[in-house]
This record gives sequence, C-alpha cells and structure tokens, in this order.
Amino acid sequence: MKGYDSIQHVRGESVFIDDIKAPQGTLHAYVVYSKIAHGVLERIDTSEALASPGVHSVLTSSDVTGENQIGSVIADEELLAAHHVHFIGQPVALVLADSKINALRAAKKVRMDITPLQPIFDPREAYEKGSLIMPEKIFTLGDTESAFKECDIIIEGKAESGGQEHLYLETQSALAIPSEGNGIKIFSSTQSPTAVQKITARVLGLPMNMVEVDVTRLGGGFGGKEDQATAWAALAGLGAFVTKRPVKLVLPRQEDMRITGKRHPYSSDYKIGLKKDGTILAYEAVFYQNAGASADLSPAILERTLFHCTNSYYIPHVKAKAVSCKTNLPPNTAFRGFGGPQGMFVIEAAIRKAAKKLNMDPVDIQHKNLLVEGNEFPYGQITEYFYLKRSFEHALEKFSFRESQKRIAEFNASSKLVKKGIAVMPICFGISFTTTFLNQASALIHIYTDGSISVSTAAIEMGQGVNSKVRNVVAHTIGCNHNRIKVDTTNTSRVANTSPTAASKGADLNGFAALHAAEALFDRLQKVAAAELGVTEEKSISIKNEIVYSGEQQTQLTWEQLIWKAYTSRVSLSSQAYHATPDIHFNKETSKGRPFAYHVTGTAISEVTVDCLRGIYEVDSVKIVHDIGKSLDPMIDRGQVEGALAQGIGWMTSEEVIYNQEGRLITDALSTYKVPDIYAAPKEIIVEFLEDVPNPYGPLKAKAVGEPPLMYGIGTFHAILNAMSAYKDDDFEIVSPITHERVLMYLHDSK
Amino acid sequence: MDAHITFYLNSDLIDVTINPSITVLDFLRGEKHLTGTKEGCREGDCGACTVLLGSLTPAGSINYKSVNSCLLPIAEVYGKHVVSIEGLNDRELNLIQHSMLTEGGTQCGFCTPGFIMSMTNYFINNPEPTLEKGIAALDGNICRCTGYAGIKRALENVISRWNSRPIKTGSHVSQLIASRLLPGYFAHAEQFISTIPTLQPSAPAPRFIAGGTDLFVQQWEALLTTDVSFINHQNKESIRETDIEFILPGNTTVEEFISHPGINSYLPGLADQLQLFGSTPIRNRATIAGNIVNASPIADMANILMALGATIELQNGTSRRTLPFEKLYAGYKSLHKDPEEIISSVIIAKHQGNARLSYEKISRRMHLDIASVNSSLFIRTEGNSIVSARLSAGGVGPIPMFLEKTSEFLNGKEISASVMHSAIELVKTEIAPITDARGSKEYKQLLLCQLVKAHFIKLFPELIPVEEVV
Repeated sequence: MKGYDSIQHVRGESVFIDDIKAPQGTLHAYVVYSKIAHGVLERIDTSEALASPGVHSVLTSSDVTGENQIGSVIADEELLAAHHVHFIGQPVALVLADSKINALRAAKKVRMDITPLQPIFDPREAYEKGSLIMPEKIFTLGDTESAFKECDIIIEGKAESGGQEHLYLETQSALAIPSEGNGIKIFSSTQSPTAVQKITARVLGLPMNMVEVDVTRLGGGFGGKEDQATAWAALAGLGAFVTKRPVKLVLPRQEDMRITGKRHPYSSDYKIGLKKDGTILAYEAVFYQNAGASADLSPAILERTLFHCTNSYYIPHVKAKAVSCKTNLPPNTAFRGFGGPQGMFVIEAAIRKAAKKLNMDPVDIQHKNLLVEGNEFPYGQITEYFYLKRSFEHALEKFSFRESQKRIAEFNASSKLVKKGIAVMPICFGISFTTTFLNQASALIHIYTDGSISVSTAAIEMGQGVNSKVRNVVAHTIGCNHNRIKVDTTNTSRVANTSPTAASKGADLNGFAALHAAEALFDRLQKVAAAELGVTEEKSISIKNEIVYSGEQQTQLTWEQLIWKAYTSRVSLSSQAYHATPDIHFNKETSKGRPFAYHVTGTAISEVTVDCLRGIYEVDSVKIVHDIGKSLDPMIDRGQVEGALAQGIGWMTSEEVIYNQEGRLITDALSTYKVPDIYAAPKEIIVEFLEDVPNPYGPLKAKAVGEPPLMYGIGTFHAILNAMSAYKDDDFEIVSPITHERVLMYLHDSK
Repeated sequence: MDAHITFYLNSDLIDVTINPSITVLDFLRGEKHLTGTKEGCREGDCGACTVLLGSLTPAGSINYKSVNSCLLPIAEVYGKHVVSIEGLNDRELNLIQHSMLTEGGTQCGFCTPGFIMSMTNYFINNPEPTLEKGIAALDGNICRCTGYAGIKRALENVISRWNSRPIKTGSHVSQLIASRLLPGYFAHAEQFISTIPTLQPSAPAPRFIAGGTDLFVQQWEALLTTDVSFINHQNKESIRETDIEFILPGNTTVEEFISHPGINSYLPGLADQLQLFGSTPIRNRATIAGNIVNASPIADMANILMALGATIELQNGTSRRTLPFEKLYAGYKSLHKDPEEIISSVIIAKHQGNARLSYEKISRRMHLDIASVNSSLFIRTEGNSIVSARLSAGGVGPIPMFLEKTSEFLNGKEISASVMHSAIELVKTEIAPITDARGSKEYKQLLLCQLVKAHFIKLFPELIPVEEVV
C-alpha cells in the first residue's frame, strides 16, 4: 500500500507550515538568542530594532501574559530568558515584522548586556560539581559484587557516544492566528499537539480550550519535535495574542541547529565480568548523560538508557547507574531511540573488549548470551513472544556470515591498505512509553452520508506512514475501500489530550483506538444491514471491498445504500473510541515492573571497507532479519527499517556535534554537520521480516517499527573497528562517531 | 535598482521588474506561491530547492541543468526556462513520481520534489541511463527519512521502464514525453524561450557575481541591497584548446570543465575525481573564476590549477595582465587583485610527454562536502626520474598553498619510497593547519602526509611498493 500522503508528496503539493498561504497582515517572527553560554542578563535594548523598517514589535519576557515557563517534565525552562541565560541559543527576544527579511534585519539590532558566569560543558564535571537535573537512578538485578568474584575475567572501560542533530528537513515552524474571543489557533510542526496547546495556554494565561492546535504533517521529526516544537508555537502564539495579528515563525536552518537540542551525548564507564566460555555473569555501568541547560525530556531518556543497558543479552547480575548532568548547552532532547541507543552502545563496547581479552569472536559472546523466552530483564519484565535468537541465527545462516568472515579474512590477508570488516548487531527494544500514563490514545471516525469517511486520531504523520496504517486498520475493519478514507489533520479540538507521537507507539496506540472506533461503527452497520436484508443473525453480516455479505452470500446492498440506510434509520455514523495499553506498570521506587507491552528484536550484519591509507570507509552492506509481527504495511515498515538504519549509521560515523570552548556550536550548518548522503548510506540494504510471528499485543498483530532499527547502526561502528583492527592491533578507544579523522588518527598517529 | 526579467516558468511567460538579487527560491515561494520547491538549508547542501534551468543552445535546443534555486539570483534566469516540480505535474503521476510512490522513495515528503527534479534532469540529459550515474545525479540531494534505499529502487524502476519503452524513435524530448517522464509542453519549450529578446548588457556594477554558489550562502541578505554585475551567462564563451594550452574563460562552470573532451584526454581520471567537488547542481553553476577568487583555503579548483601551474588573466575594462597562479593569493581571503579586476581567463599549458596529475580530497563525508584537506600533484617524468613536480595543498594554511620547497626538492629526483618520505618531511615544514570544524590541526597534517603517499602510490604503483608506504 502506498504511503497515504505520497501522491501529494511526489507532486510537491503536500503542505508544510511554511507552505500555508499566510493570511493578510501576517507578521513574521525572528528569534533573538543569547550569544553567551552562561550569564546574567542585565539589560535588553530593543530601541534600535524597533526603529528598523517594517518592525511591528519586539517581545521580551516581560510581554508574556501568562507564565514564562515551558518546561514540560520539570518547570525549569523559560520561554524567553528573563534574568539569566543558560546556553548559547537561548531565546531572549522575538522580533515581529512585516516580512521575513525585515524581521531578520531588525533582530541583528537587538542589544543584550550579559555578565558572563562560569559555564560547564562536560557532563562529568557537572556531576562532580553537583549540577544535576534530578537525583541519579539505579537499576539492579541480582548481586554484581559477589558475581564478579565468580568471573574468570573482568574488563573495565569507558565509552563515549556523541550527540546527533535531528536534521529534519523541515525546520521548526508554527503559524498562529488569533481566533474569536481572545483565543488562538496554531498550525504547528509538532509531534505533541497537546504539549503545544497546554504550554501555549500556560504562557498566554488561557484555559486549554482557547488554544486549538492543528497539525497536517511534519517534514521529519525524529524526536526533535516532541518537546522542542513547543517553544516556537508558544512564541508564535504569544506574538499573535499580543499583536492580534497572525504570526509565522519558521526557524532558518542555522538558527534551528544552534538553538535546539540534540541527541544526548553520553560518557560512560562499564565493568563486565565473564566466564572463560564467554558467559556474561555480571555487568555494571555508570552513564553520564549530558542533558544541557534544562530538563526537557532528559529524565525519561535517562531511564530508557537503563532499560536498554543490557541490550539483547541475559545478564543475571546487573547494576546500572545513570545521572542526568546539567550543562550550559542547548537542552538535549528526544531522538529516535530515546536514550536506548546510548545504553546499548556501552554493552557492545564491553563485549568487544571482553572478546579481545578472551581471544574470542565477539559474535560468539553475543550469541551465547542472547535473551530467550522467559528471561528476566534488570527491570523485572519477563520476555515473551520473543524471537531474538531466531533472528540472530537466521541472519547468520541466511546471509552466510561465517563464509563472509572467511572471505574477508582472505581479502585482508592480501590487501595492505584496504581492509574489510564485518560485525553483527542484535537489538532488543521495549515498546511503550516508559511513562506509563502516556500509553493512551483516542480516535474519532465520521462516516458521511455519501459513504466517505474521515478519521482523526492523536497520531502525527511525519513520514513514518502512521496515517496509512490507521487507514489500513479502518478499511480492514469496516470493509470499505481505502480511497473512501481521509485521515484528517491531528487537531486538539477533534482529538483531545493526545500523547506525543513518539516511542514508536504512534501506530500501536492510534491504530488500536481507530480499530475500536471502527469496530463500533461496524457493529452498527451490521445491525442496519441485517434489518435491511431481513437477516436475524446480525453477526453473520460482513463487508469486504464494500460488498455486503450475509454469511457467505453476497447481497445486492451497496456501501452507499448501507450508509444512507443507517443515516435515515437514525443510527449514529460517528464513533469516538479510546485505547490504553493493558497490563503495563512500572514502580519508579523499586525500578521493577512490566513497563513494555512487548519487545522488538532483530539482527543486522554490517560489512564495510576501510581505506586505511586515507582513513575513509564505505558501508558495503547491511543485512537485517527483523521482527515486525504481522506487518500493517510491509512497504512502510521496510522503509522505516532502512531509514532508521541510515540514521543510526550517521550517528555512529559522520555526524559529529561540536561545540567550541565558549559553548558555541561550530557544526551549525549542513556544510559542517554531515548526515549520510546517497553515497554514505549502505550500498546494499536487505531487510527480511521474520515470518509467522504475530504479536498479540499489537493492532492486527503488528509490531512497532520506528526506533529499534536505528540501533543496527552500532553494528556498522564495530564493523569499521574490525576492519581497522586488520590493519593495526585493536586497542581502539570506544568513541563515536568514528569520523574519518578518528579512523586516520587511530591508525597512524604515533602518540 | 530593480531589473526587468523575462523568462519562462514552467509553461508560463514571466515578465517582472524585480530586485535582480532575489533568489529564484524566494521568487517561487514568495511571489508565485509555488511551494513545491522547499527551503531546507539555504546553502546548496540539501537539494530540497532543486529546479531545472534550461538555456537555449546555439543549435536552438534547450540544455537543462539541475540547480539549487536557493543560490540562484533571478537575474540569472533571464531568457531561460525554469522548471519547478509544479511544471512536471500532469493529471496523472509521471513515471518518476509514480516510481517514487510505489518503491517507497518518499516518506515525510519534504525532500521529495528536489529528488524528482534531479532525477528528471538526469533522464533529460542521458538517453542511456545507468543506475550508477543516476545515483551520481542525486549527489546534491539529502533525504533524512529513507536511507535512500527506496529512492534507488525508484531510480532503478524508472531506468528499466525507460529501457523497455515502446517508442524509441524521434527526438529525445519527444520520447521522454511519450514515456511520461516529461509533460507535453516541453516539446515546445525552445520556441517559448527563443521569443525572449536577447538581454542588453547593463552598466557594470562594482560587485561581481558569477555562479554565486558561495556568495549566496554567505551574503544573500546583503546582496539584496548591493549593486551587482552578473557575469555568469554574459559573454558566455567556450573553453578553447590549442596545441599548447587550454584557455578557460573565467565563467566556465566546473561542469563544463569536467565534461570538456580535451581536458579529459589531457588529464584522464580528473573528471571522476571532481565528482567530489560540491554536487551536480553546484557544479552546474559554480565557476572556475569564482572558485579562485573566493580564495577559500580548501577551494578544489584552485588546488588543481595551482598544481597544473595555470596562469591567471585579469581584466579591468580593456586592460589585461597575467599572473602565475601561485602569485595570486596574498593571505587569508585576500588576493593580489584590484577589486575592479575580474579573472577573464585561466590558461593551462599543455605539457608534452609523460605528464600526470593526481588529485586527492578527503572530507567528513566524501560527497557533497568541503575538504578537510585536498592536494594535487602534477608531475612530469622521464623514465623513473622526475622532470618537474608541482604539489599543492588545501586546508593546511590560510590560502590554497603551492608547496614550493617540496616541489623543488622533487625536481630531478628518482622516484622511490624514500624520496617520497623525504618529501613528506618537507611538506610538514611548509604548512600551518588550524583546528576547525573540518578537523584538528594534527589530523590535517597527518592527512596531507597520507595524501602525498596516495599521490605516489596512484601515479607510480610499480615504483612505490606498498610495504614501504605503510
């Protein structure tokens, strides 16, 4: 099935925020931000900016009519800095002018007096100085202290993973339009319409029912618009509220890169203990998360690092500690994987080092310790419907892993400067918001009297195909054709109290909600059809491809007749339904429970070629066996796996977020921050879905797909190190991304 | 300051009086509300704004190029055919659009029109398409969603459908129309634009813009209020080749340089190496002179021309003077050139006998990126000895550098690994890299040393045993 929006996409007719024809009188907003990482904001001088051509007004914190506070988890983030600045890029003022260019020109004329204070950028330094977002968190299973005594070898080490810019192609943007009675309607590029609604209401001092948020689609989100789309919508909202004119705010790329947070860099210590045969007995880790200047979603991200700190392995004794360190960088935020990848990165590093010490192939250690049905995670959940080992063994066999290893060893023996490497990466990722209450959604379906259907859910379409999946669920349940169904914009007046479209849960939660709503309508249609056809057993009525059947018998009743009949019989053709993921719970005090509805697992084999003379590499292939349950849409799911993989590879290889000594981002443009292009992406990607693995916890037996495959990219990192180790004995520090610079310096720097 | 601009936009004649420095991107989106062309980065690094620019050739046909509309001033489209995604739309999806849809080549949709424009440009210019070259044509487009797998499948699908097209006669454009790769009006496009009167040269302004592919990144806003001379398509001349030299007019684009048959036979392999210069749409606009006067320390063309020992011809009105390439740069972003002078041409002398060029460029990402370090070695040999060597290096000092001492050292030497190692020691004394977003100074020094090795291994595989390099 084709992506729901795709026809418009390929014609260039899909409307993103900046494509909305701005209403007459629209003001254009430009954000003025701090150029100092930490300091006291003594004075803001807007006089020169106000005198600039076309300027309507310049707003500062004193113009906020409600609360100047946008922190969603912890109230620690001002919309516009009032007295202190905490990072370079922190919004201080908002210029509103009659055109984009006039706003930009005026913004350069806003003056700020800031008395600098000592900044902190390093998470370990922040930890030592007690600069934390929240108290540290610890997950434990068994007793590591006594388990280490049983181990034949113990390895300790350090692993560093870098940040990652989301680089959604559509930058952060919002259009706010004043509505009747002092209200505001906001078109926002957000994954969290309700967060935008709630925070804007808070900022403006309005009840939530006066703020309507509408989202058609996003030009990419990847987590970067889960919490961090809110500020721009609230600023546009404030501008519109104060000026009574529409306000459009579209961040230019460079501002977007400088101001918004990224994937959290982590600095981590590990200690792993194994038996001589490679069995992992005990694992300890300490994760220092660089949270940036305010909490944002860092606490939940930190928690997910702990959930996934043992990746795909059963380890009986685990003690993992994580600290969220407050630094003077832009607040880091959700990014596909949500802390999970950072946790998995460390255990894979530990296994690499242990394998070397034991003189074993890391693959054998991975294989030996894979989680199987009935194992317990450090957070107390027991694996079920768990096909990890099957995917691992199937991948190795299907993609001739041992033969490839042999072929590569032969190649490396005869090639001096060019080396190949191969690595395996199993993944295991829990599906559900770990903040349990977020696991809810609702849907609203209207069938109109001509038989066409409108579906609204809480899901945000951002390219992941959730609208397509929702449409598939509704069409499948009601029996109508796909082209009858329009999946409408996500709108807080139609569907309220939406959870963000995040945690890979968009299709699960909203698919279920739409399923329930569609089932209710179908029940009513069965009754109408039964009455119309004079059938007593209404459950014998079915609809397939808009043909009504009574038992096996095709009837003459058409879809349109049925709908009209329902309407004229005064049967409701609208249905609102609700879904909450059942049987999940988590005790934050004991860090035990069943936080996830289920797990997604799979295995990837990465093969790379490294030019050791020049310190560059190519990803030759990534071959994947992945558990998707019973796919709601194989083409979409395949695309999600391929895309997440490329993003994971980018995180591990070329994408490097660099701040200078003043805390200013120097990789603040696409010319310096390099995401994979068509050549850097793997030359070959094979994705095979496991067959016959229906997921009882997913809509129509499907599994979530968005985040887990990103972590296959960690395998590519190890494949590169493996190729490098064919050139020079492997004593490499575990630092990602493994940029061209790091490759060359590792291989040739004598220091 | 406004200029009168006449051109065809899709199937419509546009006749506007407008600030000539406004970008086509802003014109399309702001003035015409054609929003299929997207702003993704405004620096030619994402390709979401890609459009086609068709120019009338002397033969009367149209030559289409993919270009970044965010870096394209509207003055440059006078008399041309600009095609945006809306100009490809027909009632039904065309073959490329349809393939992108069915093969999963589009997810969020934001980059999609740009990819479709680049693919379309590829098929317009290549009657015998291949997957490899088709991928190369997408080197200026970034997608953050698909991992490019679906896009490659779409490309493959279009190629196979094109190869099995029923009608293989008639003009290429008519076949593209018959195969649903272009809408019907393309059959008459040259008639549209040939009716536009030739542009009268305007009085020269103090600020020159050629391709604008860097100026419009850095200074698009300031250029809106600057009096500008657009010199790219004015007095457009071709590369001239004589027995002794190539004469490149300053406004020769990188693409024209790469595709010149004479250059290709004199410097075999360079065309492939220059695929690392910017991207297809950038190479379609960026000029040789622009790359030189930009004076970026890592300018790729400057690096190559320096090694080739090219001569620069500077022109001010009717007065002209020449300068050896390495005498051009005075310091960081400063030239031995009066502001009124333009680079009218670049002369590359042809050397007879055994003359070879090696060009190496390493960046954070190999394509669509700026070099961390680049280097060229132009070397003439007789038997196993070096007659003359010219080594250049970029990214290791404030200007594109000619490594004079090392070059002199190499002159007359027998080629060997030990000579190469000695040369590398000299290289280290001639450079002064700094740490920046493209790498640390230690890395840049090491990298340049490695690239010198790469030059020798590549040029003299039989004389430099790999064992002695490692």
